[in-house]
Amino acid sequence: MKVGVMALTVLKNLVKGPATIRYPYQPAKVTPVTRGHLVITIDDCIFCGLCRMHCPADAIEVSKPDRTWRLNQFQCVICGCCVSYCPKDCLSIEQIYLPPTTEATIVTVTGPEPEKKEGQGEEVAG
Amino acid sequence: MSKQIIVPFGPQHPVLPEPIHLDLVLEDERVVEAIPSIGYVHRGLEKLVEKRDYKDYVFISERICGICSFIHGATYCQGVEQIMGIEIPRRAEFLRAIWSEYSRMHSHLLWLGCFADGMGYENLFMNCWKVREKILDVLERTTGGRVIQGVNRVGGVSRDMDAAELKRILSEIPSLRDDFTELTRIFDEDLTVQTRTKGIGILPKDKAWDLGAVGPVIRGSGHAVDVRSTGYGAYDELDFKPVVRDEADCYARCMVRAEELFTSLDLIENAIDRIPAGDIMVPVKGNPSGEYYARAEQPRGEVIHYVKANGKKNLARHRVRTPTLANVPALVQMLAGCELADVPVIVLTIDPCIGCMER
Repeated sequence: MKVGVMALTVLKNLVKGPATIRYPYQPAKVTPVTRGHLVITIDDCIFCGLCRMHCPADAIEVSKPDRTWRLNQFQCVICGCCVSYCPKDCLSIEQIYLPPTTEATIVTVTGPEPEKKEGQGEEVAG
Repeated sequence: MSKQIIVPFGPQHPVLPEPIHLDLVLEDERVVEAIPSIGYVHRGLEKLVEKRDYKDYVFISERICGICSFIHGATYCQGVEQIMGIEIPRRAEFLRAIWSEYSRMHSHLLWLGCFADGMGYENLFMNCWKVREKILDVLERTTGGRVIQGVNRVGGVSRDMDAAELKRILSEIPSLRDDFTELTRIFDEDLTVQTRTKGIGILPKDKAWDLGAVGPVIRGSGHAVDVRSTGYGAYDELDFKPVVRDEADCYARCMVRAEELFTSLDLIENAIDRIPAGDIMVPVKGNPSGEYYARAEQPRGEVIHYVKANGKKNLARHRVRTPTLANVPALVQMLAGCELADVPVIVLTIDPCIGCMER
C-alpha cells in the first residue's frame, strides 16, 4: 500500500515537474492587482510634492524649480500611498516586479517645460 | 555534581530565522537555566509615529512584522478608529476578518515548515511551504501583496472582493482542506515528529497562566485564551471556538497551530456566507484626540496596540505589545531542565518573531 502511494507520488512529480519556478530566469507570477513597481506619467505631474510628503519610506524627492521627480527604488516599499494622494493621478503601480539588483537604483524623471500662457512671454520681456 | 558551563545560543543559529540570544547554563547535556537577551533588530518604528501622518502610519504599522503584517495594520486602524469614534462599514470588518484568517494560515504554514526544518524533516518543510504558496496566491490576487497586503486604511479597507472572487475563494477551500488534512496527519502520526516533540518543553497549565503566555503557547497548555472570543470586528458574528490542547508540550503547541488552520478555513467560509453588501470605507476627517488599547489575535497570540493622540495629525505615542515578548518568560520556563539537543525545537514552538518584538 505504502509502496503504491510512494510510486504514485513519484510518477506525479515526474509528470507535473517542480512546484517552483526558476525566478529570475522565468518571470514571477503576477495578478492584475499585484504591486510590482511605481511609475509616473511626468507630463501630467504638477510637482506639488504631495507624494514626497506622504511617502512612508522617504523614497521620493520632488523639485519644482528643476521639474524633476526622483524615486529611490531600493527605498520604495510599493505601498501605493503616493498613488492615493496624487491630485493629477499621474502616479501608478505596474504589475511587473523589478529585477533583483545589488545596487540602489535611483530613477530621475524630468518633466517638460511648462507651456507659457498667452501673452505671458511678452509681459516678462517687457 | 558536574561543572556548569555556559553555551551561547544565537543570535545567529541555523534554526533561528531572526536573532535572539540565549545563554544556556548547562550541566553535562542538560540545560539548568536559559538567560535570554534581545535587542539585535530594533528599528525604532514606534518613534516614527511622531513624524508621520496618522493615516500614512498604517503602512509602517503593517511593516512591524513581515508575517502577521495584516493584523498589525488592522489593529492599529482599530485603535485610531476607536479614538475618533468612527464606525467602519460592516463589510470592511468582514473583509478584515477574511484577510486576517488568510494571514494566520500563511503564518502557521510558514511556522509548521520552519518547525519541520528545525527538527531535520526537510521534505515536510517544503510540503508546508508548497501549500502556503496557495494562500499567498489568494492574498496577492485579492490585495496586490503577498505578505504585506497594504489594504488597511483608517476608516475601512481599500479593496473589495466581488461576488465572483468570493465564490472562487469558497471553491478553493475544499482542496486546501485536503492539503491541511494531509499535513496534519504527518505531524500527528509521523515517528520523527513524535520523537522530537512529545513530552518535550513542558509548560504546566498553572505556570502558563502565571507567566502570562499568549496564543498557541497558552492554548497548548489547556487555557482557552483567544482574543477572537471577545468578538472584535466581525468575529462576533462568526462561529469561533478556540483550539485547546492539554498535553502542554511541543507536540501540543504544534497541533494547536495545525488545527487552527481548519478553524481559519471554517471562519472564512462563515464570513463569506454572512458578508453584508455595502461600502468598504467611510471618509475620515479631522485628527484624533484621546487614547485607546486595541487588541487582536495574531497567529502568535494576543497583540496590543496602544495609541495616544493629542489632536494633531501625528500621534503622540504608539506602543505595541507583541505576542513573542509575552511568550519569552514561558520559553525560559520550558527550557529549564531540557536536553541541549531539544533547545532548537523548544525555542521554535513559541514561534519567535523577533523583528516584531523589537520593532
